[in-house]
Amino acid sequence: MKVLKDPWVSLIASLKSLGDMARFLLRLVLGSPRALLRFELVSEQIYNAGALSLVIIMLSGLFVGMVLGLQGFQLLQRFGSEEALGTATAIGLVKELGPVVTALLFAGRAGTALASEIGLMRATDQLSAMEMMAVDPIQHVVVPRFLGGVIAMPLLAAIFSMIGIYGGQLIGVQIMHVDAGSFWSQMRASVGLRDISEGIVKSLIFGVACSLIAVYEGYYAEPTAEGVGRATTRTVVTSAVMTLFLDYLITAMFL
Amino acid sequence: MRKSRSLSVGTGLFILLGFGALFFLTTQTTSHGLAFGSKPHYDLIAKFDNVGDLKVGSPVSMSGVEIGRVVSIDFDMKVYKAVVKLSISDKYNQIPSDSDASIYTQGLLGGKFIGLTAGGAETYLKNNDQIDFTQSAFVLENLIGQLVANFAKSSGDATHDAAPAAPEKKK
Repeated sequence: MKVLKDPWVSLIASLKSLGDMARFLLRLVLGSPRALLRFELVSEQIYNAGALSLVIIMLSGLFVGMVLGLQGFQLLQRFGSEEALGTATAIGLVKELGPVVTALLFAGRAGTALASEIGLMRATDQLSAMEMMAVDPIQHVVVPRFLGGVIAMPLLAAIFSMIGIYGGQLIGVQIMHVDAGSFWSQMRASVGLRDISEGIVKSLIFGVACSLIAVYEGYYAEPTAEGVGRATTRTVVTSAVMTLFLDYLITAMFL
Repeated sequence: MRKSRSLSVGTGLFILLGFGALFFLTTQTTSHGLAFGSKPHYDLIAKFDNVGDLKVGSPVSMSGVEIGRVVSIDFDMKVYKAVVKLSISDKYNQIPSDSDASIYTQGLLGGKFIGLTAGGAETYLKNNDQIDFTQSAFVLENLIGQLVANFAKSSGDATHDAAPAAPEKKK
């Protein structure tokens, strides 16, 4: 119980890792314009982080939407306002569930892949070899992966929300027989551009946070098999906590 | 080469799908879908004593058909009235200049909207014209206040009449 024995040391250590991460983010952002010029590297990472996560995102979106449709219908039925189901599903997905669940899945599917890939490069001295050849590993390995994640995440969240709304519509309209016209028109009347932009801002920020945590943990992983495993675990845990924490902050900001 | 081509195609498809989803969310789930291209419209101004909870974006309708939206609500310090700017679609450019605007409520407890009733003038309202005849929002509190005041007055009169009579009976 070293943590309990010496809270001061652990406080300093966590402050140090926070500072390290901020400096790492700065380096990534400064390296981004140059990486965007060599877009084929970034586009490969968009494929890895985005296109390969598509199946899990779409399936989860469909089921989350269906659950929302079912639960929302049961709840709204008690007040005799089943027509508001479209609004409830859309607002719930676009503002909250879309970005958050996508970020959690993204951390599990793409974040772990990034962390273990970079961590393994560190463990097998590939990164040091690049440094020896005067090739900046951050510029060539880390920045494209980071950018790929940042670009893929909002798109994934939007796809998740869209599929989810259709999932809610599937349950609400096809099975529970809510009127299709009022489902869509009530949604259109009460969902504003502000709600959509809140969802986009959230997914962008979650994308930056999750990608940053993944590449950071991978880059500074202990160069052993065990270290890479720990880095992967830490990526998921930190990303999940960070996502939910940021979610609260952004929601409060948009109120 | 072949692998990198299928990879590019996959990436492109993914990005296309993502932006398609964003487009779907902004146009199909909100009522702003049509406002994007900024369809041709013209502005009208109407001054109300009280707009109630009319909001920017509330519909403007004529005979129940939506012809435009409220784009801004301001307060004029000179005449102490609310100034509402309406954006009307260019399609409906033949509204008589003596038309009147009233604020109605959608449903029993729904939001407010502006209803225009056509007048009989030969001239039509143009961009930035003002609608002179307006009727304020129906504010429930005012109505209840009036009702209570009336009730108090009538029951007050009743007790006034009864008051002198009561002591006489006691005697």
